[in-house]
Amino acid sequence: METQTRVIGHRTPRVDGEYKLTGKADYTVDWQAEAMLYGYPVPASIAHGNLVALHLEEALAMPGVVEIFYDGNFPELSRSPNSMAHQDQVSEVRLPFEDSRIHYAGQYVALVVAESFEQARAAAQAVRAEYRQDAGAIGSLLDSEADGQPLEAKRQVRGDADGAFEQAPVKLDQTYSIAAESHMQMEPHATLAEWRDNRLIVHESTQGVIYQQKAMARVFGLAEEDVEVISHYIGSGFGNKLFMWPHAVATVAAARELGRPVKTVLPRQQDMTCGGNRPASRQRLRLAADEQGKLLSIHHDSATETSLVHTFVDAIGSVSPSLYACDNVAISQHLLEVNHGTPCPMRGPGETSGIFALECAMDELAIALNMDPLELRRRHDSRDDPAKGLPWSSKHLDACYDSAARRFGWARRDPVVGSMTEGDEILGWGMATSSWFAGRQPCAARVELRADGSIMAACGTQDIGTGTYTVIAQTVAELTGVAIEHIEVRLGESSLPAGPLSGGSMATATTLPAVAKAVRAAIDELKEVATAENGAFAGADPETLTLEDGALLDEQGKRASFSEILTDHKLGSVNGDGDTAPGDERKQYSFRSFGAHFVEVRWDPGISRIRVARVVSSFDIGRAINPATARNQVEGSIVMGIGMGLLEKLEYDPRDARLINNNYSDYIVTCHADMPEIDVELLDNPDYAFNEFGARGVGEIGLTGVAPAIANAVHHATGKRIRDLPITIDKLLAD
Amino acid sequence: MREFAFQPTARIDQAVQAHASDAGAAFIAGGTTLIDLVKLDVMRPARLVDVSRLPLDDVERLDDGRLRIGATVTNTDLAHHPLVTEHYPLLSQALLSGASTQLRNMATTAGNVMQRTRCPYFRDVAAACNKRQRGSGCDALHGINRMHAVLGVSEHCIATHPSDMCVAMAALGATLTLEGPNGTREMAFGDFHRLPADRPDLEHELEEGELITHVTLDTPVEGAGSHYLKLRERASYEFALASAGAVVAVKDGTIDEARLALGGVGTKPWRAVEAEKALRDQPAETATFERAAEVAMRGAIPREHNAFKIPLARQAIARALSRAVAASVNR
Ligand SMILES: Cc1cc2nc3c(=O)[nH]c(=O)nc-3n(C[C@H](O)[C@H](O)[C@H](O)COP(=O)(O)OP(=O)(O)OC[C@H]3O[C@@H](n4cnc5c(N)ncnc54)[C@H](O)[C@@H]3O)c2cc1C
Ligand code: SF4
Repeated sequence: METQTRVIGHRTPRVDGEYKLTGKADYTVDWQAEAMLYGYPVPASIAHGNLVALHLEEALAMPGVVEIFYDGNFPELSRSPNSMAHQDQVSEVRLPFEDSRIHYAGQYVALVVAESFEQARAAAQAVRAEYRQDAGAIGSLLDSEADGQPLEAKRQVRGDADGAFEQAPVKLDQTYSIAAESHMQMEPHATLAEWRDNRLIVHESTQGVIYQQKAMARVFGLAEEDVEVISHYIGSGFGNKLFMWPHAVATVAAARELGRPVKTVLPRQQDMTCGGNRPASRQRLRLAADEQGKLLSIHHDSATETSLVHTFVDAIGSVSPSLYACDNVAISQHLLEVNHGTPCPMRGPGETSGIFALECAMDELAIALNMDPLELRRRHDSRDDPAKGLPWSSKHLDACYDSAARRFGWARRDPVVGSMTEGDEILGWGMATSSWFAGRQPCAARVELRADGSIMAACGTQDIGTGTYTVIAQTVAELTGVAIEHIEVRLGESSLPAGPLSGGSMATATTLPAVAKAVRAAIDELKEVATAENGAFAGADPETLTLEDGALLDEQGKRASFSEILTDHKLGSVNGDGDTAPGDERKQYSFRSFGAHFVEVRWDPGISRIRVARVVSSFDIGRAINPATARNQVEGSIVMGIGMGLLEKLEYDPRDARLINNNYSDYIVTCHADMPEIDVELLDNPDYAFNEFGARGVGEIGLTGVAPAIANAVHHATGKRIRDLPITIDKLLAD
Repeated sequence: MREFAFQPTARIDQAVQAHASDAGAAFIAGGTTLIDLVKLDVMRPARLVDVSRLPLDDVERLDDGRLRIGATVTNTDLAHHPLVTEHYPLLSQALLSGASTQLRNMATTAGNVMQRTRCPYFRDVAAACNKRQRGSGCDALHGINRMHAVLGVSEHCIATHPSDMCVAMAALGATLTLEGPNGTREMAFGDFHRLPADRPDLEHELEEGELITHVTLDTPVEGAGSHYLKLRERASYEFALASAGAVVAVKDGTIDEARLALGGVGTKPWRAVEAEKALRDQPAETATFERAAEVAMRGAIPREHNAFKIPLARQAIARALSRAVAASVNR
């Protein structure tokens, strides 16, 4: 089914690049409305207890202050049903100011609305709150002995893992932990709400305009048509902008009550406190093998965090039954309620954390077996998905291992700890497998061929910076032969045909088939016009016409551009609608992407300095629609993975569960000077069983496997097996 | 932001006068420390006296060989000034290891001397902090104190002075020129910053209305090599976990003169005087450096999360000394 493509699969500059460079891209934070007011939330300073009194007098008297909303004057609203199926899922089901209970530090106790941002902030700082603090706030799962409630839905058993482990000659039983992380996206959460004639228009920096539209409609008791959510450009989200947060509800309510538009941009401190985080996790891995290195059993028991106001389950064990061939597997998960802001999906949610533990454990097992860690993995590369018993649609993990290992020089690795030196430094080489599921959602799209020769494609999804505008333009260009410059892509408005969330690495595989269907429908429409009476191809059988370079062509070689055809008929445009959904392919195949990271760290023991020097990776993601933006996703993931491995940690004070490093200076992410040499290869094996373009998605997989490859390399260099992320200097200095 | 008066000034006496006449006044130079803290409601000046345009932006060599640096010279300009790169490479290295290019372009010499601690509890108005609010307690003592100091600490405050530039100045030796309502005075750099003791809210010896006009570096140590080493989790744009600035002159394999100062571990820019003594007249070799490192960290008081800074600082010292020796011309 391999076809030659002209645009798809070729490096294509971002169609929105110029807008971003010149500042024309309208991010939510930049939007202004006439007579707009500014909201600034007041955060609770305790994590557990009750709000006893709010003293607003001083703040209300300050210049520019219009109103302060709190539980005493906030309007009655309804909670969103929070259903994924009905697309009204939210990040926090509790409404703002529902009652006086405080569940985490930073929870909003009031929203100040003022004429300027500065006035709102100053007044928010002048609000005095009295609390009754309860003992026993839990800042982190990692400060708690308890694991929380067992999650029956996450239990998975294959074979007899307990029995196999019991009798195995080689066993590993270790516990790993990962600190909670922050998304640290550039653009903070932001809402601009405007009511016009009982219709609600919300500008929101969101990864799901349709989800937010529906959730807003439920909360404010509106018809969905009366809510419009707009998000043309998003300064990234990494998962924390998938579902609506309370700041948006508070802002919309304030705009309604005051009869003026209100904009709330969360300050970084609040964005990090109440705008989502990757929950901390604790994972116990038990692996058993025979003396020849055959995996006999995998136990993966984990605990993750949620908040007291929402249930969020990071699917941390979901990849373990599928990653390696093994007959006996047992997965379990617990969930602990903690007193910090609600966790939410963060790039590669669940599996990134799960793979960290599993891939460190595999490295430890390889050492116990005296076997090369890559060899141990190769031997367990599975042809079928062992979890589902279905064949993989297309899997080339072996090619990833081969190619990345060769480019990295893995064969030259001396497995003896600390044996590879250069000057003051010791080199550590480690590797890990990467994986991410491939999913698709239902999607609708509309395409318009216009008399001026341009084409418009529209879909109610959004581009979170990954390049969705560009891959849709490429698809239209591919199918019509019209140059990218003449294609307009409209995204980020909930009134457009319903498109997917930008999440789960599903946007490309979801939207392109719908766009393609809409393009074809529009072309059919065009043929109809062209073959009608007085048409350029009057009387011809539409089936015999083809579209090439924006023109219809008959079998005799006669051509007419769609612009001519439409003009002749005094038509402004012809339209096509397309909607698509995943089909029966899931009954025949299991779909997943795979890859491998090889990492070199440099350890200078004289000054306890660890740095990632080199990352060589190969990925099997189906077809990369745009190799430029796809590679960018993997490279960005590697950079993020270095942060996860060595740097990032949300620090909650164990005494009172307050977040203390709530800013870009104290929460350490990777910076430019940390950038290693990165060599990413994307194998090109289109997965046509998945969709007609063969694309599986690439936004998250690159993050999986980075942290364990680093941890494994750190062990190779230092002899220290650090099982708790991040691997900071203090841990390396400890005996 | 709260409302405040903003007063640009063109002359030194004007600036001093403006500050002295308003108890709520604060000087503002690059604003990179001050504005952040105002936004956080930690500093609440009623009047900002802008000193950034005062005629204090020269770097000049005095007749006695010392280097006089104007208070408003930016960290970027100072780091790249030919007199600095040639005679005081330690200062240049230290400056360039601090903050980011954008911040260094704004930050000034006096502002850097006066920068406030990065203790997270100091920056959070809901926390107890003796430095921010006298007598309110210290949440860092039993809180998350991984970044905090181990030298010069008290039971009232364990916050670090976060500057890199000041570590270099402490090692090189310097004099501050202060201009106040009662005239001009000079003060040794080492005497300027105070230890927290029982008054962590008093950070320095400036009197009400006094302005720093210059920092004058001592004459360079003849034949010395120097090295500034800053250890931290990431490679740039992070405050030091431990840093060491070393100036060492070696004659025939023996250390003739040594200067050593530490950052990231002290409650003020930390001159390691005893360690310097342990270096003088000793062979310029690893064992000497390690002994000096040991001496420098004697008396360090660790808390729950920052004990690792003691061995880390020793490593920084030993490595900085060996690099400085390697750069010494007469070795
Ligand atoms: C994110 C971040 C990271 C940083 N990283 C580092 C780092 O790694 N290393 C490092 O060393 N520094 C670092 N800094 C601190 C930076 O160096 C200081 O903020 C800067 O030097 C302050 O200079 P300024 O001119 O901006 O001071 P301002 O903010 O203008 O003033 C600071 C203080 O000095 C007072 N002041 C200013 N001028 C005078 C004067 N002439 N006389 C008396 N008082 C005066 C002001 O009243 C104020 O109290 C960082 C800062 C930030 C924000
Ligand atoms: S260490 Fe100093 S600055 Fe930090 S909380 Fe304690 S008193 Fe305040």
